[in-house]
Order: sequence, then C-alpha cells, then structure tokens
Amino acid sequence: MYSSSNNSPASAAASSPMDNDSTNAMPAIRVRDLSFYYGTRKAIEGVSMDILSGKVTALIGPSGCGKSTFIKSLNRIGELDEGTVRVEGKVEFFGQDIYSPKVNLNQLRRQIGMVFQKPNPFPFSIYDNVAYGVRTYSKPSRSVLDEMVESALRGAALWEEVKDNLGKSALGLSGGQQQRLCIARALAVKPKVLLMDEPCSALDPIATMKIEELIHSLKHELTIAIVTHNMQQASRVSDLTGFFSTDESRIGQLVEFAPTTTIFTSATEPRTRDYIGGRFG
Amino acid sequence: MSNFSNPTSDVNPLALGGAAELMRPLGLGRRIFSSGATILALFLTALALLPLLAILYEILSRGVPGLTWETLTSLPAPVGVKDVPNGFANAILGTLTMVGIASLISIPLGILTAIYLSEFGRKGRFAQVVRFVANVLSGVPSIVVGVFAYGVIVLATKTFSAIAGGFALAVIMLPIITLTTEEALKLIPTSQRLASAALGASSLQTTFKIIVMAALPGIVTGVLLAVARAAGETAPLIFTALFTQDFARGLFEPTPSLPVLIYNYATSAYEEQNNLAWTASTILVGIVLIISFLSRLVTRKHKPR
Repeated sequence: MYSSSNNSPASAAASSPMDNDSTNAMPAIRVRDLSFYYGTRKAIEGVSMDILSGKVTALIGPSGCGKSTFIKSLNRIGELDEGTVRVEGKVEFFGQDIYSPKVNLNQLRRQIGMVFQKPNPFPFSIYDNVAYGVRTYSKPSRSVLDEMVESALRGAALWEEVKDNLGKSALGLSGGQQQRLCIARALAVKPKVLLMDEPCSALDPIATMKIEELIHSLKHELTIAIVTHNMQQASRVSDLTGFFSTDESRIGQLVEFAPTTTIFTSATEPRTRDYIGGRFG
Repeated sequence: MSNFSNPTSDVNPLALGGAAELMRPLGLGRRIFSSGATILALFLTALALLPLLAILYEILSRGVPGLTWETLTSLPAPVGVKDVPNGFANAILGTLTMVGIASLISIPLGILTAIYLSEFGRKGRFAQVVRFVANVLSGVPSIVVGVFAYGVIVLATKTFSAIAGGFALAVIMLPIITLTTEEALKLIPTSQRLASAALGASSLQTTFKIIVMAALPGIVTGVLLAVARAAGETAPLIFTALFTQDFARGLFEPTPSLPVLIYNYATSAYEEQNNLAWTASTILVGIVLIISFLSRLVTRKHKPR
C-alpha cells in the first residue's frame, strides 16, 4: 500500500495494492506518473495506479478532483471534447503505451469501452444502437449480428425487457433502461476494460441498484473502472478504491489507492479518512 | 373550495391571509392594460399579415381564371393569334432544369462545407474565414450574382444557357444550405459524438452515421428553403439564361424560366401576355408555398421526443 501526493512511487510494485492475491490479477491498465493538461491548465498531476484485470476499481473524491479527467485519459476520449490537451507520464494497456503516436485510436476505444454520466443512446432503434459498434469494423451476417445483439443485451440485463421491441426507438426507454442499453452497446464490441463515468448519477435508486447488480455480474468477464460520487456505491461494487483530491492549487491528485475495505475502514491518509467520514468534500 | 372563499373560525389563522390573497382579482388598471396589450398585439399581427394576404388575393384573383391544363402544357402563343393553345410549359421546364442544376452543384458542396465547419474546422482560423465568406455571400445582391455568372460562364461559353442560370442559382443557394446545415449539425449534442467515438468509430463514421443522420430533418429543411428561394429568383437569370418563346433546345441554349417570363410579360403591351404573367405568378407562388410546407412537414415529423 502506498500513498502518492507529489512524490511518485519509488518502485512499480508499490502501486499494486493487492499484495496477497496479485498472482491472479495482473494490471489491465498501468498508469505511471500521469499528468494531464487542458491547454496550459494542469488538471491532474503525478497519478500512478494499476487497474487490475478482472477487478472493479472505484474512483472517488470531491468534485473537480480530476477523477473524470483521469478516467477519460484511459481511452483517450478526453482529447475529443476539449480543445488541446497534453499528457505527461505513461498509460499502458497490457504493456502497450496508449499515448504512442502509432496507436490506432479506434482499436483502443473498442478494447476500452466507456459508459457516460448521462445515458446517450443514438436516436435509432434499440437493435441499431447495440449493433452500431460492431458495424463500424465488420459486416456480419444478419443472424450473427442478431446473436451479438442478443448476447450484449442479455449481458446488460436488458434483454427480457426489450426483446419484443428491438425495432422501437431507443429514446422511448426509461433513463435506467437507456443506461443499460449504453452498457449493452459498449459490451457488443467485446471490450477488455469498461470505464464508467458516474453511470448512475442521473438515475433513480432502483435503476442504480440494477446497474450495480450488473457491475457485479460483469466483473467475471471484464475489468471495470468506475467513477462515482456515491461512497456507498463505491463500497458496494468495488474491489479497490482510489481516492482523488485536490488542494489550493486545484490540481487533482491520487491521495490513496487500496483495497476498498481498507479505504473504508483503515485508510492511511488523514485526508481520505476525513472524506470517508464526511468531514469534508 | 368553500374553505378558501369563506374563511371560518376553524381555519388555521396563519393560512388566512394567504388564502384570501389567492382569490383576490387583479386591480382594474392591470386588467385594462392586459386586455389593451392583447388587442394591440392582435391588431399589429393582422397589419403584418395584410401585405401577404393582399398579394395572395391579387395573384389568385387575376391568375386563377387563366389557369387551365393548357397553360401548363403549351408554349406561349404568338401575340395577336387567337384560338391556339397559350401557356408557359417551356418556362416551367426551364425553372425545373435550372433549379435542378443549381441543386446538383450546391447541395453536395453546401452540406460538405457545413460538415467541415461544424465537425472538423470548428473554431479554427480557416473555418472562421469560410463561415465569414458564407455569411457575406448570403448577403450579396442577386443581381451581382447574375453579373458574376455572366462574366464567368456566359462570356466563357459565348452563349446564354441553363448551365449559366443554374450556376448563378447555385451561388444563391450555397450559403443558405451551408449556414442552415451547420446550425442543424451543431444542434446534435457532443455526447452523441463521444458515444460513437467510445465505441471505436472513426470520425468519418461518427460524422456520417450519427451526426448527419440525426441532423437530417434540419438539413432537408435548409435545402428546401434554398430551393424555394432559387425558384423565385429573377435577377440572376436575366443575363445568364435569358429567355425564349420556345422550349430550350439544350443545356447550352437560352432557357426560359417562370420569374423571367413574369418579368417580361408583366410589362408587355399585350393583355394576353399580362394575363399569362399573372397565371405564371400563381404557379410560382404555389411552388414556393408547397416547398415551404414540405420543409415544415419534415421538421415536424422528425421532432425528437
């Protein structure tokens, strides 16, 4: 276990907090000393973290602490909605530097899928929403595509609710169903990692519960990183938790990264304990 | 209800003032001012509609009597000759040809320019310049566009033609299509672009499969408005397409059109030509109205839920 503020970790092993069972969990994404700039403004600084394969990693922290910026840097989607961004440090996906100029961004984002804060289905039918990603890189036959759509919808626990209405517009679904459709859409391209940026913040408690159950069932097949404002949610769904925070400089830092139970019961850093205990943020 | 209008002793005294306040009518001054403002607004609306209705009435009352199947299918009769079919089929065909040519040039060019501006150029300097030029172009008087087409096409090909007329109309349509399409594309939320990119789609796939598809109703509306505008333009055609009493013999021959026919015949000394001009006006206004109506229909049908 280690805590990083400005000083980056001395050894790579130090940033893998699963000391006892690190044998069956290798990092899917390895982040080393990552700093992220929007224009000239530094948004996060010196973040080192291993997103372990087959685990759910939660990222918590107060607003503006850079956790969204961080998760958006992992599939390089952050550089799309902002103008010029700059990155220092290293992000590796199974050993491959994703900020290398040779990286195929379409391939990268297919392998590292993403679910956004607000459900954002396309204004197409439910079927076409799920099939969209697959169709961008291949032309499967109708029956193969049918199977892919069904398995993706089953994976997102939405199949039973929509199987008779696949041709209907996705915009007619409820908010929770739309978010599960977005998850199904991401699953359809068979990603290795699924990034979720506050996926439940626009949903009611029942829809939230369904998404959390979904996260539990998905973690057997893929690696999940989830940003959440809801600490109970982090404690319910995740194996590991990273606490981000910021000081007067308004630059986000990873304060502490450890197994979720440790973070919630015996955090090392006083700032983490204060945040978990509700004393700030 | 009764509790509010006649407060009794068992009503909570704290609620009394508030409940009574709810039922008190507005002051007389406020009510008079309110009705006065409504009446004034209605009156001014009627006043604004008056010119449109007057034009429609005048055109219909003078144009409809001459409107027969014959006028739509025959050529203009020689002046003074009675008992032969009289019409302006050549001008209808000419207008359709030239608006068609103009659409072939300006629709792809305008939509692609708009896609560049909205999806790729964005706030870059080159995009800003293109956007500024499109704005200026949309304000250039149409007679100037006509002179430009005369200089570029008519002088080069040494003939008045449907091509030259179509080119001039394309210059009129281009900025309209570009600017309305860019607006339609910008209305599609960024979250859609991100969702598509996050699924591994390339920026071209995102643009054409998501953004353009979602913006299609807005784009179609812009195109239809541009077509309606081009169909009614006279000035760009006077010295590019010219006019003939016959059907145009080819794309590189002088070509008649409805607006130029109206322009020529309305000022003619012969009454039968004046009447033909009124009937042609009816047809032209009808075409423009139908196109505007279609564009309304497209936007309404695809309103996002």
